[in-house]
Amino acid sequence: MISSVSDLREKAPVARHVRPEPTGTEFASVPVVDIEAQSVSKSFGDTPIFSDVSFRLVRGSSTALVGANGVGKSTLLRCVMGLIPATAGGVRLLGEPATGVRKSDLRALRARIGLVSQKHNLVPRLSVLSNVLHGMLGRTGGPRHWAHGFAPEASRRAAMEALDKVGLVHLALRRADRLSGGQSQRVAIARAIVGAPEILFADEPTASLDPQAGKDVMDLFMSLARENGVTVVFTSHNIDHALSYGDRVLGLAEGRKMLDATAVSLTASDLRGLYD
Amino acid sequence: MTDTTLPNRIERPSAVSFLAYAGALVLILWCLGGAGFSIDKVVSSPPRFADFAARAFPPNLEPGVLARLGWKMLETMQIAVAGAVIGVILSLPIAVFAARGLIAGPWVNQSLRVVLGFIRAVPDIAWALVFVVAVGLGPFAGMLAIVMDTLGFCGRFFADDMEAADKGPAESLAATGAGRLDVVACATIPGAMPSFVSTSLYALEKAVRSSTILGLVGAGGIGIELKVGFDLFDYPTAMTVILMIAVVVIGIEQLSGWARTKIIGEQR
Ligand SMILES: Nc1ncnc2c1ncn2[C@@H]1O[C@H](COP(=O)(O)OP(=O)(O)OP(=O)(O)O)[C@@H](O)[C@H]1O
Ligand SMILES: [Mg+2]
Repeated sequence: MISSVSDLREKAPVARHVRPEPTGTEFASVPVVDIEAQSVSKSFGDTPIFSDVSFRLVRGSSTALVGANGVGKSTLLRCVMGLIPATAGGVRLLGEPATGVRKSDLRALRARIGLVSQKHNLVPRLSVLSNVLHGMLGRTGGPRHWAHGFAPEASRRAAMEALDKVGLVHLALRRADRLSGGQSQRVAIARAIVGAPEILFADEPTASLDPQAGKDVMDLFMSLARENGVTVVFTSHNIDHALSYGDRVLGLAEGRKMLDATAVSLTASDLRGLYD
Repeated sequence: MTDTTLPNRIERPSAVSFLAYAGALVLILWCLGGAGFSIDKVVSSPPRFADFAARAFPPNLEPGVLARLGWKMLETMQIAVAGAVIGVILSLPIAVFAARGLIAGPWVNQSLRVVLGFIRAVPDIAWALVFVVAVGLGPFAGMLAIVMDTLGFCGRFFADDMEAADKGPAESLAATGAGRLDVVACATIPGAMPSFVSTSLYALEKAVRSSTILGLVGAGGIGIELKVGFDLFDYPTAMTVILMIAVVVIGIEQLSGWARTKIIGEQR
């Protein structure tokens, strides 16, 4: 079933939304910084999770965020998206400030960004198709996007295309709480890409997937980065994925950024060092 | 090495908790006193009750009476269902504003919760009296009383249900840039739906039980027959009414239990 993903992708090209300055792996002329974190720190109550994490990620690049369980990768992504407030530091996304801004500005910014949560977070009682449509709420909110029954034709089609890319068209009308773990993960991915995001944050997007499905998803992300100039950040416990799909690898350990290097300059044992 | 000796099953109460137990006992005795508890009356009541039972049995099963009571019972159910449905529908938007951290700020949450608390604090029979004055005798007053009763109950518990719902989907939708109303409609309400169904069915059971006595104050339904039966010493008819109420209330509870598993239990 998943083997059809790549065929389907050819039939339904992802180029619905091509960004003005598409760049290849070799960044053309002046690279544009899409994600900028400035000394971001986060504590929960008195428990510090990480501090002073800074990075600048370039448009159309792919970055792997790695580190041991509980080191704060998911927390960092949530801070960067402003879903939880950072304790200190600033974030700029797509050239705009994302910390200390009005709610409405933050919402407008988030509408241009996709997030795949580690826990998938599908709405259990709604259909797969409705869940995917929700990915467009930021761009076109309102009751028509609450459930696929009322949605405009174009949105329904976009949602089906997104499902197509993760190979789940045949489950469009299945209830989200009746999916397998891997199916639910792929629905979450479809929801994140349906709005043609300019930045894609994916928190362990392949954790529930079998090896082939995992590879298909990572290939899909790479095609978004290479062909559409989407800036991709993914976390992973799969060292091979981090090294082969990341242009760059950020490593967290002991509450700090311990590693920040291009993937080509790293070996698997460099990454294993983070887990000691 | 860690200490793995088993703890005592029952701990000796400390002096403080001993005092607390003694205090609680005194409190209970005081309440019994206030309630006019009398051993004499308890002892003398079985014969009197037997006398009532003897006069009430057999219940009045004349076809004419049964038909009249049946129609009244139907009206009672209509009051209950109409009132509960309207109450549930009105509760939802109110609960959305009463739930903390959803749409409205803490001031609105708290004021709404106080209002709902007040609505709940007024007994259904008192609401019925108020509405009899406002809209006159009859089932409409009863229905409005049930609406208020349901509103106080469902408004509060729907809000609690939404606060308790899984925050994950809501966060993921907020991450798409969705507005607060979109997030509530798409993630919070669907997430709380099983609890809503449970709460609503319970509200319906409660409405049926309340609606059977609203007639005592002239707000429609079968309650009036009960009052008339007792006033005229027509105990057999009163007994029929009581049995009918019991059958209907138990039936509704069964039905709602069945509906609950049908609607909620199935997805697990
Ligand atoms: N809401 C919260 N309140 C308090 N502590 C939290 C909260 N969320 C996360 N934590 C703690 O913060 C730390 C970092 O959690 P986080 O989920 O970011 O880790 P992670 O790097 O994503 O781990 P994993 O690889 O297991 O996904 C953990 O110790 C976790 O227990
Ligand atoms: Mg995580």
